[in-house]
Amino acid sequence: MGRYIARRLLLTIPVLLGASFLIFAMVYALPGDPIRALGGDRPISPAVAAVLTERFHLNDPLYLQYWEYLKSLLHGDLGTDFRGRPVLDTIERTLPITVKLTIAAVLFETVIGIAAGVLAGIRRNSFFDNLVLISTTLIVSIPILVLAFLAQLTFGLKLGWFPIAGTRDGIYSYLLPGLVLASGSLAYVARLTRTSVAENMSADYVRTARAKGLPRRDVIVRHTLRNSLIPVVTFIGADIGGLLGGAIITETVFNLPGIGREVFDSVRSQEGAVVVGIVTLMVFFFIFFNLVVDVLYAVLDPRIRYD
Amino acid sequence: MTDQQQLDLRKDEVEAGTTTGLASPSVDVTSARQNSLWSDAWGSLKRNPLFWLGSLLFVFFALMAVVPQLFARGVDPRACDLAFAKDTPSSGHWFGYDPQGCDYLSNVVYGARSSLIIGIFAVVVILVLGVLVGAIAGFYGGVVDGVLSRLADIFYALPLILGALVLLRVGPSTDIPILNTRGPGAVALALALFGWMTAMRLVRSQVIAVKSSDYVAAARAMGASNRRILLRHILPNAVAPVLVYTTITIGVLIAAEATLTYLGVGLQRPAISWGLQIEAGQDSIRSAPHLVLFPSIILTLTVMAFVMLGDALRDALDPRQRA
Repeated sequence: MGRYIARRLLLTIPVLLGASFLIFAMVYALPGDPIRALGGDRPISPAVAAVLTERFHLNDPLYLQYWEYLKSLLHGDLGTDFRGRPVLDTIERTLPITVKLTIAAVLFETVIGIAAGVLAGIRRNSFFDNLVLISTTLIVSIPILVLAFLAQLTFGLKLGWFPIAGTRDGIYSYLLPGLVLASGSLAYVARLTRTSVAENMSADYVRTARAKGLPRRDVIVRHTLRNSLIPVVTFIGADIGGLLGGAIITETVFNLPGIGREVFDSVRSQEGAVVVGIVTLMVFFFIFFNLVVDVLYAVLDPRIRYD
Repeated sequence: MTDQQQLDLRKDEVEAGTTTGLASPSVDVTSARQNSLWSDAWGSLKRNPLFWLGSLLFVFFALMAVVPQLFARGVDPRACDLAFAKDTPSSGHWFGYDPQGCDYLSNVVYGARSSLIIGIFAVVVILVLGVLVGAIAGFYGGVVDGVLSRLADIFYALPLILGALVLLRVGPSTDIPILNTRGPGAVALALALFGWMTAMRLVRSQVIAVKSSDYVAAARAMGASNRRILLRHILPNAVAPVLVYTTITIGVLIAAEATLTYLGVGLQRPAISWGLQIEAGQDSIRSAPHLVLFPSIILTLTVMAFVMLGDALRDALDPRQRA
């Protein structure tokens, strides 16, 4: 087990480096002259421009710039934006909002997704089963952009149940965007649970449990669910990393100042250091949660052995 | 094949020594039953309402992309009168007017073309990249597989929208052809560049699974070249899962295009596109919600057509799921 984790950890290093270099290389080619943009209407003197060019290594070749970036990254320094604010401060300011949004989304997808999937799976081809199948097809087809506006229109403006923008209402402000962010995964969790439960319902050990006279409730909760939920738990785990990086649209439409909207704003205003910093963080989360899931899988399912 | 022909064939085979005639098959294997996967799939598709609904929607939107005039009730999308700006739907103008006072129905209808073109073009590039890289990685294995798989992992770790967003923002200032045009080609290319990994993994795993089968060993024993084994034996087996994936992915890509255009890095005015319409309508979502609603509904129905077709195809082509 320890060797397996070590090997997986080693394998993630090239992926993390590669992904951050990929984004670094693209950002390096961002259009425009950032130093002139910083000055706005007032021209910046050649001396100041030279100092700034030197400080941000703007004249070095790409791989040298990346090397400089990596060196300072290892010292916990993500660099500064062109106004001199440390990127780390920007992340500290925006990350908590995205984390809250992600927690809301994960709660929705776990509670609603699993409940719908279990109810559909234990009674296959029932009315509720078909309802789940049809509604998940529908939800998967609605682009998250459209869903965000539909949710704003109906639950926000027409019914007035939820605030539709900003973070002024505390936890309450995260409910609607959380549901929108969760929608796709929620549908997938419901389908995965349904298939998995339906498969296990006809397994031999479930028949045995039923034959020895256990109440239906115990058969489902203690025997079927425990085995059926393994793939679901691992999917949700891996999904957390995706949700943390997938909140660009939700945060933009609902006007939540998290890392998703920050990275979008930074791409538009050519703040290269912020883009690279945040995207590297997103990639790190993605890889980290996938690793956790792989290890978790071995813990949850003793039939799986990594050697 | 008639009974007489079958008897003759068996006699010929016994004489040629290819069979003893003792354990001859009781069913005529030379009949149409040979293509059982595809004929079974068609039989299952025919009975699936999801398939017919998806096909209907697909034909509807394909027609809309080819001959938008038919659906626009003959109104020119660029004939505008500011006096009607943001007017709500009426019997003469079913979708109302946009902020410039143009007929909204014809604008939404004309948006279908660029969405479908980008979706299909991107998926073609994804297929070429995915099949090529996946087949090479799966077939040769070893170091080649290791490098190509890590490459896919790297791209996989970046969210599709985020990668395409940065690339499209940078594109116009570079001198890479197509990518510096700000046109449909650039959007499709950016989407394909950050979306080929799943196709690659699909093809790779299929190739690995088929590579060790007996009929590939037989082909190799008869002296078939690597190229022939790859093209004639291995790739045809990967067609079914790739077909399902392709269908659903067109829908996903159409949604991604609208999103990128909404974010301001996709298609640019004066192009007519659902993403641009949603973006222009969002500021008046309180006073004129129809501006966001209509392009959203049409966009969703288009995506739905491909998701439904893909779901139906998967049910039909995956025998394990067949009840």
